[in-house]
Amino acid sequence: MAIRRRDFLKSAGLAAASLSLPRPARGTEAASIYDIERFGNARILHLTDTHAQLNPVYFREPSVNIGIGEMAGRPPHLVGRAFLDHFGIRPDSADAYAFSCSEFEKSAGRFGKLGGFAHLKTLIDRLRGDVGESRSLLVDGGDLWQGTGLANMLQGRDMVEAANLLGIEAMTGHWEFTYGEQALRDNLERFRGEFLAQNVFLTEEAAFNDAAAFDKATGRVFKPSVIKELGGHRVAIVGQAFPYVPIAHPKRFTPDWSFGIREKELQKHVDGLRGTDKVDAVILLSHNGMDVDLKLASRVTGIDVILGGHTHDAIPQPIAVKNASGTTLVTNAGSNGKFLAVLDLALDKGKVSDVKYHLLPVYSELLKPDPGMAELIGRLRAPFVTDWSEKIATPDRLLYRRDNFAGPVDELICTALRTELDAEVALSPGFRWGVTALSGQAVTMEDLLAETAISYPETYVQEMTGAQIKDVLEDICDNLFNADPYYQQGGDMVRAGGLSYTCTPTAAIGNRISELRFNGGKALSASHRYKIAGWASVNGQQGAPVWDVVAKYLRSGRMFQERLGSGVTLKGVEGNPGIAGQG
Amino acid sequence: MTAFTGPFATRRLILQGAASVALLGLGNLPFTPARAAANDKYPEEAFKQKSEADAVKALYGKTAEPSDKVKLDAPEIAENGGVVPISVTTTLDKVTSISFFVAENPSALAASYKIPDGTIPSIANRLKMAKTTNVVAIVEADGKLYSATKEVKVTVGGCGG
Repeated sequence: MAIRRRDFLKSAGLAAASLSLPRPARGTEAASIYDIERFGNARILHLTDTHAQLNPVYFREPSVNIGIGEMAGRPPHLVGRAFLDHFGIRPDSADAYAFSCSEFEKSAGRFGKLGGFAHLKTLIDRLRGDVGESRSLLVDGGDLWQGTGLANMLQGRDMVEAANLLGIEAMTGHWEFTYGEQALRDNLERFRGEFLAQNVFLTEEAAFNDAAAFDKATGRVFKPSVIKELGGHRVAIVGQAFPYVPIAHPKRFTPDWSFGIREKELQKHVDGLRGTDKVDAVILLSHNGMDVDLKLASRVTGIDVILGGHTHDAIPQPIAVKNASGTTLVTNAGSNGKFLAVLDLALDKGKVSDVKYHLLPVYSELLKPDPGMAELIGRLRAPFVTDWSEKIATPDRLLYRRDNFAGPVDELICTALRTELDAEVALSPGFRWGVTALSGQAVTMEDLLAETAISYPETYVQEMTGAQIKDVLEDICDNLFNADPYYQQGGDMVRAGGLSYTCTPTAAIGNRISELRFNGGKALSASHRYKIAGWASVNGQQGAPVWDVVAKYLRSGRMFQERLGSGVTLKGVEGNPGIAGQG
Repeated sequence: MTAFTGPFATRRLILQGAASVALLGLGNLPFTPARAAANDKYPEEAFKQKSEADAVKALYGKTAEPSDKVKLDAPEIAENGGVVPISVTTTLDKVTSISFFVAENPSALAASYKIPDGTIPSIANRLKMAKTTNVVAIVEADGKLYSATKEVKVTVGGCGG
């Protein structure tokens, strides 16, 4: 601990510079990195994509996050050293560890875990206390209720309790929808804040059948926005849910609802807030993903700041985007509770005259956990802790998920699926949540659930031709690399266990995937039928939950029998700084 | 020309139009023009054409120029390729017809509406799409053709972050 404290101290001064904001250097108090100079008259705290991680976690940021077209080489598509250089973060510092994949394993030992709701509670209370309750607001960008075995078991009820204690006043959603309408509505009954979504509408059939909606005239299912009094000014928070819920997830969870970006409806709503409600600021609480938000900011006018999430990009400074009537700032606040965003606003009549933004890493070693929240977390976990603490395996390497194409967690899942279900190829979704486990650290069922806990975990085995496999890869690859962000869904590439292929991200759909082979060997035949195993299908499946299949495989004492490495050869992105060690 | 709006283009009439288009798109159901002008004939040849260019030619005998006065509203990614909500409004004067083409459907022409004089030119309908492709709306105004195009993705789904 003493050594760690020294590590933080050594890096604290430079960390402050990296955020380009002056922070008072207060001698020996390491926690002074959380002393933020007072600015303006209102403070909005923003959390997003915590994925229900109530306790502190290790989470390695991606080493491959390629941007193409206009998005090439600009945030959020910078990784490793290129990221650090762009934002002026010193390599080897605590901030380099929090914000990038740079020297992750070495730094994990020095700086420890990040996040945790008890630690967040302490930090949030302090930052709100600094400015006063009447001048501060806490909002959450969604993916709050999913990501752990506990949240999945309780359909997010645990997270509603934690959100209430944390003081979240407004939120929007994504995985929240995957528990289905009834569970969502039950949770919202208990939630003390507002659930906002301007872009969720009743389908015409549901409207005809008089389904429940916030506003029957517009068909909006949820309240689109809320106006809060902050420091004597009126600030509108507009919610933007993940636009592609019924496409990325089984439609059966949201049969009556239609989503989409809904730019036109958003513009009309923002115009109303400005023209009729005469608000002083408009903030979009968005689960669009950063590339979508950057495009939206250039087209929709009247929004001061987009507080973004979904793509899990930890971006230290807002990106200013010009549009027809002014400038909109776009942020993205990382994931897993690793970061807390602090937006300080200088509000005037009808406008925001200036802002300051900090994306604070939540170093759990520097924050005393809040006793009330710690007690709540303990109480929520108690019924499950014993069952889930069995040590299943001890990996001999770092287990992480995030990367555009592959990661050891998903290689493990794919190997387990292929072995246990006797399939030639395994497909595993390119989720961006799921925590990191250090080498030599025992993996428990709780850890396994943190990589797999969803409401549609059933595994399947089916036959597909080589041509169908290619089509699926092409389709998903386009969700990632379409040159127009509005056509992207924000996940990573499907993991294809047992296959190797070449990918050209800059090509058009249908031409990105080539050289499909069995792990570098025999080429796939377009017409031959292959046995495929997978999970998280948007179609209903009947197989055992994926966590049981992976646990069974691990208990058998096997681990990584195959050569590691993504099996994906990239073409046409040489020099792209979205690949670590390049650019 | 599968549906016809009267002089009072209410939402209900537009919805009726949508229903008959959807039915036509899904199968060979009998076609009964409600208020066809005397000289209107069912454009059988145009509906038979495979490509968008051939269908436009068969329907209109000329080509369209892109125009920002044609406002085409369609989702970027379809929630259900079987019923994709697509609508068009225009600020052009003297509109006589609005037609919809799905470039890579087996037959590109999806629907064509005659717009009687004095009608607000606004059509909302649902089209069936076989796969990711461009949707093209053509507005015929004062004897000329104007178009708007948008790609609509029909995806296998899944794997969201």
